[in-house]
Amino acid sequence: MESRVVGQPVQRKEAMAKVCGAARYVDDLQPPGVIHGATIRSAIPRGKILDIVFEPGVPWNDFVVVTSADIPGRNIVSLIHDDQPCLASQIVNHPHEPILLIAHPDEDLLRRARKLVRVQYEPLPAVFDIDSSLKQETIVWGSDNVFKRYLMAKGDVDSVWTEAAFLVEGEYSTGAQEHVYIEPNGMLATANDREGVTVWGSLQCPYYVHNALMALFGFPAEKIRVIQQETGGAFGGKEEYPSIIAAHAALLAWKSGRPVKLVYDREEDMAATTKRHPSRTRHRTAVSREGRLLAMDIEFTLDGGAYSTLSSVVLSRGTIHAPGPYRCPNVRVRSAAVATNAPPHGAFRGFGAPQSLFALELHIDKIARAVGLAPDEFRRRNFLETGDSTATGQIITQPLDLAALQERALEAAGYRAKLLQFQSDNPRSQLKKGLGFATFMHGAGFTGSGERHLQSVVELQTTADGGVRIFCSMTEMGQGTNTILTQIAAETLGLPYEKVTICQPDTALVPNSGPTVASRTSMIVGMLIERAARELKEKLRSSAGPFRVRTQYREPPGVHWDDETYRGDAYGAYSWAAYVAEVTVDIATGEVQVDRFTAVQEVGRVLNPVLASGQIEGGIVQALGFALLEKIIWRDGSMVNNQMTNYIIPTAMDVPPIQVLFEEIPYEHGAMGAKGIGELPMDGPAPAIVNAIENALGISLDSIPVTPEVILDRLRDHVRELETSPV
Amino acid sequence: MRCCITFTVNDQTQTVETFPMKRLLDVLREDLQLTGTKEGCGEGECGACSVIMDGLLVNSCLVPILHASGSSVRTIEGIAPPGGLHPVQRAFAACGGAQCGICTPGMILAAIHLLERTPHPTRGQIREALSGNLCRCTGYQKIIDSVEQASSHLS
Ligand code: FES
Ligand code: FES
Repeated sequence: MESRVVGQPVQRKEAMAKVCGAARYVDDLQPPGVIHGATIRSAIPRGKILDIVFEPGVPWNDFVVVTSADIPGRNIVSLIHDDQPCLASQIVNHPHEPILLIAHPDEDLLRRARKLVRVQYEPLPAVFDIDSSLKQETIVWGSDNVFKRYLMAKGDVDSVWTEAAFLVEGEYSTGAQEHVYIEPNGMLATANDREGVTVWGSLQCPYYVHNALMALFGFPAEKIRVIQQETGGAFGGKEEYPSIIAAHAALLAWKSGRPVKLVYDREEDMAATTKRHPSRTRHRTAVSREGRLLAMDIEFTLDGGAYSTLSSVVLSRGTIHAPGPYRCPNVRVRSAAVATNAPPHGAFRGFGAPQSLFALELHIDKIARAVGLAPDEFRRRNFLETGDSTATGQIITQPLDLAALQERALEAAGYRAKLLQFQSDNPRSQLKKGLGFATFMHGAGFTGSGERHLQSVVELQTTADGGVRIFCSMTEMGQGTNTILTQIAAETLGLPYEKVTICQPDTALVPNSGPTVASRTSMIVGMLIERAARELKEKLRSSAGPFRVRTQYREPPGVHWDDETYRGDAYGAYSWAAYVAEVTVDIATGEVQVDRFTAVQEVGRVLNPVLASGQIEGGIVQALGFALLEKIIWRDGSMVNNQMTNYIIPTAMDVPPIQVLFEEIPYEHGAMGAKGIGELPMDGPAPAIVNAIENALGISLDSIPVTPEVILDRLRDHVRELETSPV
Repeated sequence: MRCCITFTVNDQTQTVETFPMKRLLDVLREDLQLTGTKEGCGEGECGACSVIMDGLLVNSCLVPILHASGSSVRTIEGIAPPGGLHPVQRAFAACGGAQCGICTPGMILAAIHLLERTPHPTRGQIREALSGNLCRCTGYQKIIDSVEQASSHLS
């Protein structure tokens, strides 16, 4: 059947509001009587709170002050474990941990007051990196500093070390990364006995916030209402942290009886909210004489920060993705997320996979060099194919031809001809050119049994004007939720795109369709919309309605997952990709310019080509920043370059032309054949770019960001090695 | 000490009574309820607060209202006649130049500022002209496409 809406570049649903400046973000709301809130935070990484002094200088009687003693329910940020307090009462475990809240109508006075609250501490020893956390000399969380461990095993790695022709080892690391959504976090809240609590905010997951506020206030579900305003970018950074801001705004509103707005400025947002987990990965790989993988032994460790938050889940995805898209009979991944006294690290596009895949794709190039094969040829000999089983024992049932995907990417990038050209040009120039690539995958939807537990629901309702309205909790944050879900409904119902509308996420109006995370919106929730639309269309055959239909998640047949052994179908489907980077490195300055980028991916059916390529391009540029520019400077667990002036993200001048190509193989259990797309482009660019730098300079690198200083250092080491090595 | 500042916003004369050091950004958003101009950093780095003041593209978070006295300011709300669209707005909507939309008003003003001086810029000139406006969603490619398309619709 020919499709009218799906697969077409229809205009983003809220495009007009956005280009006219009419879209309403939380800071644009100005209800009468609103006052402003501020958060007093820990100035030290770890210690006991001894006293809180309100120094003179402002009329303190005019301020609303909230401490943990004012919390009506439980002093927790309810998520997976309940280890994180909403407001610290006796102990602080990281810099910038919230201790108390103040509010006042006058923002200037509030700013002054903030500096007049002095918290006295008795410092406790703290740990700041993976190694010192694992040493366990200082225990800062639980009994052993470990939030979570996984062991994922297939075959028996230890049986092959002796017979292998090659053993290749490597250690790789990635730094923390700040989301830098251009709209900082913020919430507006009202709260009173009669109506309960209502919050409006910049957020990804209305029901996460809802859940956290229920625990905090001890209120039943119907007395908590969470409304998502237009959200100015999120990337995972508005997945779990908004629960804290909503809680704080609501507590101030509860105590003051007035609407309270709590909007972070950039410095506070960067210093206090979550970042991507720093990681360390160790690889030990056995390879046969023919260049086939025999065993992969991988150790993957994440720095989770001070509280457990989502670290166990991030670790899980990083663990499953660690062996990548390769066939290997013996795999062992031992992974851990450990505690340090930094603000908790959290969800960020890719969710652990960019970290473990960075390590893997650098390591694969290293193995290819050791074996004496070209990196594409080595990969070609080891790619998973249809019928193979992954490291979790999941059988690939979908058509999969990674060799063809890789070949298409290399050809589009002009890889082979350019490689030869650069090899002959480089010796004569201070500007060294290089090419590198990465092949990888990203699992769509929640890991393992996650979707089964979520039991997501969506509803469709006929409207008086002959249209249909979508009710679900999926949020638009720029990635295209509104448009894609509308396209799916309109296509299925046979209605014009304009006749289908979507309700602003509001927990009083929409059912829980699960969180807007994990590249699950199009594939999983889209499928629920498609099913609901089919059902509604059936009903409309016999009568004009009105109707409201509701569908709930059903696991596709034949899916098995065991949380204990970590075996089975980790994801309903994977998206696959091959990315090629072309770079120029100036060896005098260490400066790297990415000249061109080619991205070929198989994401199932493309529902909207403009939105889809927009996701890929945006992800690639965010990953370019991760690879080259974005370096967080830590001092005692605190980000000290917490400004846009000294934490540098890519500008229009830093980004190359990006060629985006899709291979479309419809996935039968995804909406209209779609698989996940949003996170995939975050996984591959960093290793592709770093492999290209290695290719340009003939040096090896093992961590990101690769700043000019790193390049100059490595080049100096390299010269020294050449000078001292016997000829 | 509060003072009275008179200036023109989107062709209308406005007088506000305010502190002289209050940021133009806040006067626009709070006193005049023109919330289309956004704040991303408050330190002149992101360009979300870009407006055109006397023909110059400025970061309104860095301009004390005192300095805007007597000036003429254009914001996203005033670039097209009511109910209409500027060609740049139309192009951003059509080409996918706006994702989350928070950088969009500033980006559109920067693009208009460029096209008023250089109606047919190269992609390199577009990159340069927009380099003071950060976007974290699009990777810039569709923003550059949008400006190119708008430019092709200008005679
Ligand atoms: S808010 Fe003015 S430049 Fe960022
Ligand atoms: S569209 Fe989101 S920051 Fe540009």
